[in-house]
Amino acid sequence: MITELPSRVDVSEAAAGLLQKLTAIHGPLMFHQSGGCCDGSSPMCFLEGEFKVGGSDVLLGELAISEIAHSIKVWISLPQFEYWKHTHLTIDIVEGRGGGFSLEAPEGFRFLIRSRLFSDEEWALLEHAPILTGA
Amino acid sequence: MGKLFVAPGQPGAIAVYKTRYDHWINGGFVAPTSGQYFENVSPVNGKVFCEVARGNAADVELALDAAHAAAKAWGKTSVTERSNILLKIADRMEANLESLALAETWENGKPIRETMAADLPLAIDHFRYFAGALRAQEGTLGEINDDTVAYHFHEPLGVVAQIIPWNFPILMAVWKLAPALAAGNCIILKPAEQTPVSIHFWMDLIKDLLPPGVLNIVNGFGVEVGKPLASSRRIAKVAFTGETTTGRLIMQYAAENIIPVTLELGGKSANIFFRDVAEADDDFYDKALEGFTMFNLNQGEVCTCPSRALIDAPIYDKFLADATARTKAVIQGNPLDTDTMIGAQASNDQLQKILSYIDIGKAEGARLVMGGEQVDLGGDLSGGFYMAPTIFEGNNSMRIFQEEIFGPVVSVAKFDGFDDAMKIANDTLYGLGAGVWTRDLNTAYRAGREIQAGRVWTNCYHDYAAHAAFGGYKSSGIGRETHKMMLDHYQQTKNLLVSYSPKKLGFF
Repeated sequence: MITELPSRVDVSEAAAGLLQKLTAIHGPLMFHQSGGCCDGSSPMCFLEGEFKVGGSDVLLGELAISEIAHSIKVWISLPQFEYWKHTHLTIDIVEGRGGGFSLEAPEGFRFLIRSRLFSDEEWALLEHAPILTGA
Repeated sequence: MGKLFVAPGQPGAIAVYKTRYDHWINGGFVAPTSGQYFENVSPVNGKVFCEVARGNAADVELALDAAHAAAKAWGKTSVTERSNILLKIADRMEANLESLALAETWENGKPIRETMAADLPLAIDHFRYFAGALRAQEGTLGEINDDTVAYHFHEPLGVVAQIIPWNFPILMAVWKLAPALAAGNCIILKPAEQTPVSIHFWMDLIKDLLPPGVLNIVNGFGVEVGKPLASSRRIAKVAFTGETTTGRLIMQYAAENIIPVTLELGGKSANIFFRDVAEADDDFYDKALEGFTMFNLNQGEVCTCPSRALIDAPIYDKFLADATARTKAVIQGNPLDTDTMIGAQASNDQLQKILSYIDIGKAEGARLVMGGEQVDLGGDLSGGFYMAPTIFEGNNSMRIFQEEIFGPVVSVAKFDGFDDAMKIANDTLYGLGAGVWTRDLNTAYRAGREIQAGRVWTNCYHDYAAHAAFGGYKSSGIGRETHKMMLDHYQQTKNLLVSYSPKKLGFF
């Protein structure tokens, strides 16, 4: 039986490797999950603090990656979170041309979300757990 | 098989791409300051076909210099002269329609049938529409009193920034260029890095028609070109079509300099089929089935993709069965073949994102009615990014009903009666497009007025006629395109408040 609060967001090994490289180039990073068309429905990677978050954004979690000093915060808009909250997200990468103003574009990759539903056990713990906004 | 166009780069092709593209600044090619280039892949076969300038802030400054140098003269050009230039651009495009269509197909992956029948004719018409709207635009005046008159003049904003998506590389550029140029502005255009060169192909065809510096094209990555451009103190406005997070970021940058922003950010459009459409097995029922199948247009890479199909309960089984059969008849193949109806997704990462949503749909318990996998077309096309038309059945709270998949994937749900249809249709973060299908004119009117979307297609879909305003409610954006009101988005109002009295007021 799980007693610790399950994480809402994790990172694949490949994505972690890319994030180590991007941190070395740019410094501390953050993610905001985008909705919408074109390059949307995918996480956007920015310099920490570049994208202003507030009361309309939910902190899904913080990624702790070896060789990166600080954790990488992952944000999503509150209205979007309402539809996503029952799924666990893993940030992965695929070969691509990047998207929007996301930092990985020049590297020939694109961050992507892989999802799975929370188990009943996990959901029982998460359903009423408090959420943090950017306010 | 229809006519098969020869791919650019092969002997006999009617469109040829260069192997390397620099920026287009001040009427000529300018190499990137960084000296760096990035590779451009065709989604048709997954292979690199050219390299493109990797721009940065220094290149943006050069483009701004050129635009500012040209701005005063262009802004003072008479409306007749500007209108005639737009008409000549349209004529030049029309004379080269097939080669432009081929160039766009090669870069984006969409079928040549679509670029020839939709993208290019719409783009040509757009220049003609704004050429006309500009000539007919009037300022206003008001007589305040016997001595005082208020005159209102339209003036260009000056130099504007436009950041363009990859789904309709030429048409999305033209939707922004035509009104901005008509209104007398100079432009820095940043094409999407996924489709960076078809606009250069177009520019090369029309370059003698515009004075140098009026239109400048800076290529590169979003963070390296888009950020310095959108946050520049030297632009009077920024326009963007793309996703929500980037739209917010652009508004943030624009806020630093207090400039206006227009945004088109996507949708999850509901296509609603009321029970009366199945009253007869006639032309209209056939049209409604085509309406359902429209989720395949442009491989589903349209902000207004009718990606939610809501079917009225009494006709649900019959309509879904007929619609599935209609979708099975969609011809997937070589985008250069004029018989092909659905081509390649624009990039590998788009294809992978679509496939990840198929997984999400299945995990949430949606029923896969058809499709749901990548397609290998074999031979030369084996490396291309092809996705099978896909139908899912589920309910509106599933993620596949709430998020833009941006592929040939439709999520189907049942509704029971008008109120239920409206409730489900409006239960979305977005409000860009919707479709209403019914034989009853009152139902059509009431539904259209109740749906919270900027564009409600009624007994049609995917019609992008100029002079019909297009834009979003809710998270779908700000402002309207494809209508003469766009001129206002690219102008400011000068009020001359004039006194004709020679006498003092008596104040001081």
